[in-house]
Amino acid sequence: MRCLYIDIFDKLTILSDSAKYDVACTSSGVDRSGKKGSIGSAAKAGICHSFSADGRCISLLKVLMTNICVFDCKYCVNRVSNDTVRVAFTPLELAELTINFYRRNYIEGLFLSSGVIKSPNNTVEQMIKALELLRNDYHFGGYIHVKAIPGADSELITRLGLLADRMSINIELPSQESLKLLAPDKTKESILRPMGLISSKIQETSTDLVKYHHVPKFAPAGQSTQLIVGATSDTDHKILTLTEGLYKKFHLKRVFFSAYMPVAEHSLLPALDIKPPLMREHRLYQADWLLRFYGFEAKELLDEQNPNFNLQVDPKCNWALNHLEKFPLEINKAPYEMLLRVPGIGVTSALRILTARRSGPLDFAGLKKIGVVLKRAQYFITCKGKIMEGLKITSDGAIGVLMADQYKLPSHYPEQLSLFNEPLITREDVQQCLTGQI
Amino acid sequence: MSDRTDLVYAYDGSFAGLMCCIFESYDQKENPNLIRPPGVQQSLFDTAKWIETDEHKADRVYNSIPLKISSQAQELVKLGFLTCNPRKELLIYHFLRLGFKHGSKVMTMLTNDAVCSLQKAVRHLTSESHKLTGFLRFSVYGEVLVAVIEPKNLVLPLLSAHFCDRFRNETFMIYDKTHSMALIYREQKAELMFVAELTLPEVEGSEIEYRRLWRQFYKTIAIEGRNNPRCRMTLMPKRYWGQMTEFNETDEQKSRGPDQWRVAETATETLPTSMVSLDSPFSYPTRK
Repeated sequence: MRCLYIDIFDKLTILSDSAKYDVACTSSGVDRSGKKGSIGSAAKAGICHSFSADGRCISLLKVLMTNICVFDCKYCVNRVSNDTVRVAFTPLELAELTINFYRRNYIEGLFLSSGVIKSPNNTVEQMIKALELLRNDYHFGGYIHVKAIPGADSELITRLGLLADRMSINIELPSQESLKLLAPDKTKESILRPMGLISSKIQETSTDLVKYHHVPKFAPAGQSTQLIVGATSDTDHKILTLTEGLYKKFHLKRVFFSAYMPVAEHSLLPALDIKPPLMREHRLYQADWLLRFYGFEAKELLDEQNPNFNLQVDPKCNWALNHLEKFPLEINKAPYEMLLRVPGIGVTSALRILTARRSGPLDFAGLKKIGVVLKRAQYFITCKGKIMEGLKITSDGAIGVLMADQYKLPSHYPEQLSLFNEPLITREDVQQCLTGQI
Repeated sequence: MSDRTDLVYAYDGSFAGLMCCIFESYDQKENPNLIRPPGVQQSLFDTAKWIETDEHKADRVYNSIPLKISSQAQELVKLGFLTCNPRKELLIYHFLRLGFKHGSKVMTMLTNDAVCSLQKAVRHLTSESHKLTGFLRFSVYGEVLVAVIEPKNLVLPLLSAHFCDRFRNETFMIYDKTHSMALIYREQKAELMFVAELTLPEVEGSEIEYRRLWRQFYKTIAIEGRNNPRCRMTLMPKRYWGQMTEFNETDEQKSRGPDQWRVAETATETLPTSMVSLDSPFSYPTRK
């Protein structure tokens, strides 16, 4: 370890630089108003305070307590075998920085993670000290997202969770084999056990709350995790099925995906010069949205035969093209769940369609006014029994074109190519890439 | 109803005044095709009819909205008045005409032009306000926090609740440069007032230090390999950047500021004493 004189400016630089690969920066999930004598509040929807040059939301002061680490995870910049400057925040420094950023409205709160100093327990104790200072001495009522350290005692994890709004443990690698290969100090068990603990603690305190009003809440904004995409050979199908399981089994609030950025050279890892699979990550986020808000199940989107997402067509459109028998849909009659399955109609416009239908039947001009993306939706809907004027397409034609597109076969219906002859990966797609927040 | 097509109402620019325009149009069975606040240029041939503001008439119209339409409609009208839509008066007028005719059903008539445009204008307002709850930056002057914003819509009444709740033990001011208005919060009370101009003194050393730390954090947290300036621009349009610490490098070289207390005093001195309470429905400040 190199020894240098390090001031707060350098510490912030080093400890935010090594925290930046954590994609989660949401401050959502809990509503808490300010209290007399304290500073801070939390808003259910979360608030983005800035966006960095990579287009990701900055909501929390995202730092490590320290980048000293005894673990040797191959994909991580802080691994013990990496020769780098090691520093640590004192609890006081961290509290001062958080409060002063918060007062100036730079941030919504703190995202605290850490390398493993000495042992997992020791690390968690340090983190508890910092958070207690913030909550009890500085009366900080803003948002705190804290990382649970795998391998720490449940008693310590419980104390940590009572101080935080959200807790997370990163799974990082989607399978036991990948873990064994790249993160020899972690096991599936050491990650899933605390995850189960957090989940049951959240359940426990939320049911206690019904009985007693003043029970301290354990991570009221829930639990999240992160999976690395592209460091190993795990398929999208595997990742998405795991994601679905986490939502169902552990009641996770969010699963984040992180396209693998080559940060270390190792024979087991992709080469340093590969590009991060941003489009793949984007497709996973789209699918994640479909699971959480659109009533889709993982097995509808991918299966053993098609284990990876089509990078050309988004998952919802892909599903629609494979289920043309369900279309066209009559806008004035279709139930909400089916409206959500039309490409070009999202949650907002589906709800608006329901509202607008109460005062009279809708036509295409009306749909446009309430924000439906007709360019996509027109092929899948009818209004008052009619397809959109000027649209000449038979469902057979559509199938032909779209199948050709999917399997990269020459199309038998060249005249129909207008259906998707704009660049398939739209600018909008690229813009949304991995903001993670969208 | 009169079918004059060139009828113009002129009013004093207050919310109560606009409610009186609605009253007048029903009372006189007229259908204005323009409702003009002060300061808008007249067209060559319009002979505007001046509508006097009368609190009693205004109350009658305003209080009838939740009874005859719905409380959501009342909220929409209130917010509509804060939007920057140049035709907001007419949008509200048409919306209310429709509402008094159809009742609560008007809120579901999303394909009607008046309803659609008014809701769109209000969404623009609320989304700008939500963005500013994040993008607004305070500077610390002694014990006082001061922020400057340049919004298109009149967002201060919306921002008030959020910031007063969050910083309830602080003293702060948010200055809206576009509308020359300020929200001032001190001793647990918020006031909204007109402030023609605001000159802020130099900031002190620790303020410069925290700005420097924030800029460094902002730069460091971005992952170079995923650089995506277009995405950033979509999510955080450039018009907000001017007042944001992370894009303002000028105070990096500046010397330390002079006495810290002057600021607090100047801030209070320049403020007019008239108070506007934030809760009553007719509180939206008006330019006399």
